[in-house]
Amino acid sequence: MRRGYVMNKLKFIIESAVKNNPTFVLLLGMCPTLGTTNSAVNGMSMGLATMGVLICSNTVISLLRNVIPDKVRIPAFIVVIASFVSVLQMIMQAYMPALYETLGIFIPLIVVNCILLGRAEAFASKNNVTDSFCDGVGVGLGFTVSLTLLGAVREFLGTGRIFNMEVYGEEYGSLVFVLAPGAFIALGLLIAFVNNIKSHS
Amino acid sequence: MKNMVLSLGLITIAASLILGSVYAITADKIAKAEVKAQVDAIKEVAPDFDNNPLEEKYVYISEPDKKTGADIIVYPAKNGGKLVGAAVKSFSMDGFSGEITVMYGFDAEGKINDYKVLKHAETAGLGSKMQEWFRMKNGDRCILGLNPATHKMRVKKDGGNVDAITAATISSRAFLDALDKACKAYMEFKENEEGICYE
Repeated sequence: MRRGYVMNKLKFIIESAVKNNPTFVLLLGMCPTLGTTNSAVNGMSMGLATMGVLICSNTVISLLRNVIPDKVRIPAFIVVIASFVSVLQMIMQAYMPALYETLGIFIPLIVVNCILLGRAEAFASKNNVTDSFCDGVGVGLGFTVSLTLLGAVREFLGTGRIFNMEVYGEEYGSLVFVLAPGAFIALGLLIAFVNNIKSHS
Repeated sequence: MKNMVLSLGLITIAASLILGSVYAITADKIAKAEVKAQVDAIKEVAPDFDNNPLEEKYVYISEPDKKTGADIIVYPAKNGGKLVGAAVKSFSMDGFSGEITVMYGFDAEGKINDYKVLKHAETAGLGSKMQEWFRMKNGDRCILGLNPATHKMRVKKDGGNVDAITAATISSRAFLDALDKACKAYMEFKENEEGICYE
């Protein structure tokens, strides 16, 4: 019975990562998606940072859901989210200064990532703590995987590398994929690809 | 109404308590990490030294930057009390996307020892190549080991002796502009250090 419970939760996490995938299904949080994915490592770190905040904020908001009056719920959610982002920012600055330099402005901008407020409003404020935690893990995982994927595709087409490992010569890469227009092109093609797979299965 | 004020107030107070305590824990670490990043950059570009360059830093303000007040910092590298070179943190506002900050290392004679791009917002894949470009051996790209006093540190398009980065002449100009300022700062520092007055 205990095992069945864990399996259920795992299934739920994977379902929310696929069905509620922020990048390919909900099309939420496009700003960091397009901005930070010029390499696989950057995409992955941004995804993990967002995932960390999302799990914490979902859990805490779910804990507080009966205490917060309906009319002030949005400011309350924002305060919770912003606090976690600031905490994350300070911790990264202290222990991972190199990564903090790379992600730069996008770390404080996690506050206004609509995935966070979206999940708080749509899920965490209506469900219990365990489910909200799992939802955070699932959606965060989906976000991380899709950002890593997008980063890997752009890095591969643009510079001939994946995770900084050379696959083919840099001079054959087309630079546009590392630049902003390439982000839109690559994302569009990936969304089309994902939708194609979905409609066939 | 009362409920709203109370719950929102409590949440905000709790949040500020958490933020305050995390700040108290990390503030020291953050300051240390920043100093370490500086020292690492100096170590990377300057000749071996045994002094503390951060304590002996010398500030230089170039003529066109007097208005903005931005300064160039010379970190002297000394070994056994003798000046063996310096790391100079310089900048240029003329990059393709604004400011670039570079740490240049010089030896005692003024030859370029090494350099490290600290901060830039140049286009990825074009201007961002400067960290590698100016140390490549092909053509006239490499600036290491050259003395800016005798070698014309301008891109070839401007009549100098250095190959610009392909398709990123503006970034290259900014890079060499920062180098020029760094060089002047180092010269001024050396004059002061040797006690020679040219006035």
